[in-house]
Amino acid sequence: MADNEKELIPETVTAPEPAIASPIATQSEYDRIERAAKRRKIIRNALLYTFLTLCAIAVLFPFYWMLLTSFKTQSAYNNEVTPKFYVSEPTGANYKEAFTAVPLAGYFLNTLIYTVVTTALMMIVIVPAAFAFARMRFPGRNLVFSLFLSLMMIPSELVIITNYVTITSWNMRNTFAGLILPSVTSVFYIYLLKENFEQIPEELYKAAKVDGTSDFKYLLRVMVPIAKPTIVTITILKVIECWNAYVWPRLITDDRKRFLVSNGIQEIRQNGFGRDNIPAMMATVVVVSVPLIILFLVFRNKIMEGVSRGGTKG
Amino acid sequence: MKQSKYKGWLYLLPAILFLGIFMVYPLIDVVVYSFEEGYNFVSQTSNGTGLYNYRYVLRDPYFVQALKNTFVLVIITVPVSTGLALLISLALSSVKPLRNLFQTVYFLPYVTNTLAVGLVFMVLFKKTEYTDGMVNLLIRFFGGSSVDFIDGPHWAKMLVMCIYTVWIVLPFKILILTSALASVKEDYYRAARVDGTRPSRIFYRITLPMISPMIFYLIITGFIGAFKAYSDEVALFGTDLNSAGMNTMVGYIYDMLYGNSGGYPSFASAAALILFAVVFTITCINLMVSRNNVHY
Repeated sequence: MADNEKELIPETVTAPEPAIASPIATQSEYDRIERAAKRRKIIRNALLYTFLTLCAIAVLFPFYWMLLTSFKTQSAYNNEVTPKFYVSEPTGANYKEAFTAVPLAGYFLNTLIYTVVTTALMMIVIVPAAFAFARMRFPGRNLVFSLFLSLMMIPSELVIITNYVTITSWNMRNTFAGLILPSVTSVFYIYLLKENFEQIPEELYKAAKVDGTSDFKYLLRVMVPIAKPTIVTITILKVIECWNAYVWPRLITDDRKRFLVSNGIQEIRQNGFGRDNIPAMMATVVVVSVPLIILFLVFRNKIMEGVSRGGTKG
Repeated sequence: MKQSKYKGWLYLLPAILFLGIFMVYPLIDVVVYSFEEGYNFVSQTSNGTGLYNYRYVLRDPYFVQALKNTFVLVIITVPVSTGLALLISLALSSVKPLRNLFQTVYFLPYVTNTLAVGLVFMVLFKKTEYTDGMVNLLIRFFGGSSVDFIDGPHWAKMLVMCIYTVWIVLPFKILILTSALASVKEDYYRAARVDGTRPSRIFYRITLPMISPMIFYLIITGFIGAFKAYSDEVALFGTDLNSAGMNTMVGYIYDMLYGNSGGYPSFASAAALILFAVVFTITCINLMVSRNNVHY
């Protein structure tokens, strides 16, 4: 409703000028002005929706194309000099090929293990740290917190070189430990969680202290349940990050048995099904993309809220 | 009470341990590496310190190429994506029905695997012996001649890279700008309407100043993100970016570290520090400009 007003009123304010010139605005004149305003609104809406729809098509087209291609047979695809926008004989063979010709299931399992363990470990590290910064009093707290904050500005490209050398010298190449360990802390998430913990009334903490509840028990029984929305948001953001991780896994794994999906996709691109089997490639892409899209559609509001609070992609 | 004075440190211990090993130590180490000349990865020895690594990197034609590509990418994609995101968010916030649906659709690229969708873009733009590909079909439909965007001329590859980057970064920007637009108080618009202000004036005098902090936030993060571009390029052109002539600064760092031309952590460190210096300088300039231009 408010939107309609916004557009209508400037019109009616500027439009009545002729009406003031001839003090008796006739009914027909009034109707004409109304009609003009209405017409303008329709045109404006049509333009807006056309623009939005065109953008939506630009966003969706790659998704449509990968789905479409994944159902074409290889020979049908290769025979289309002019790509067709529909499939005449849809086939599921590409999906079977995706799981049999390359170890896609293995890549999936690796990514799943990597994502779950990294996220869980990260929670074990960041929740106590955020609690310490938010509620506990100890010497050096403010100094350490400022040092933590300054670490937020360090780009990962700077530290990845030494981490690569470290992990290699620990003989952790091609192991889950090597993949996971460098990415279990995030200063930013500690900061986000600390802010959230601080909003919980300190009286609760004091009351718990009086009752003789230990800090750890208080953290688990009171703080974590109250801060659950933020914890869920952080978990989802981390899961997305893990699922899309490419650079670090590429450096640290060269054994196909330890590849994550991103590396698997890259491997398939370079020499997977034989470069020409585009439909099988697209089937793999669909299989890799679907889990995150489902996660997104289920947690749509949580994800969008979380990303606007703390996500960047770059 | 006494023994619990240092208990806070116990809660911080895991975080400090991990940050110390994987962040603070590497930070010092990378500077050391960058000054060690002729560092040997196997024996872990070097023959002196100096600026040789920096000189080598700055003279390396691959690095110069990567620097050029990165700057072109930054200069094109940051304004284009921010402008487009602003247009889309403005359109989104002036319609009511279907707004949620559009928002959901526009956000989809954010949750997709960059490498996976990059493959789809490659297929759309690639010219093979069987077919010219989807995009060339469109170009020919409008009377142009077809180009191989993946293995063809440099400008064509650059174009695909920019298009894909914009496609990838738009969701985040649209999300931030729509919520910024929604947070502008309705009162200002009402007051302007009572005064009979023209819509364009409302935009320049109310909307734009009110959301300017967010626009600058997006420009700054956009610059930083674009300077770190790498996986999008791998998705489109494969891992051997140097021979495709499409390497980026981050790509150069990783290639120096690992892969066919890898094994030179010193050169990689020098390149990483150069990248950091560039990003840091540009961010400072951005912050200075925004301080003079953001009205709030």
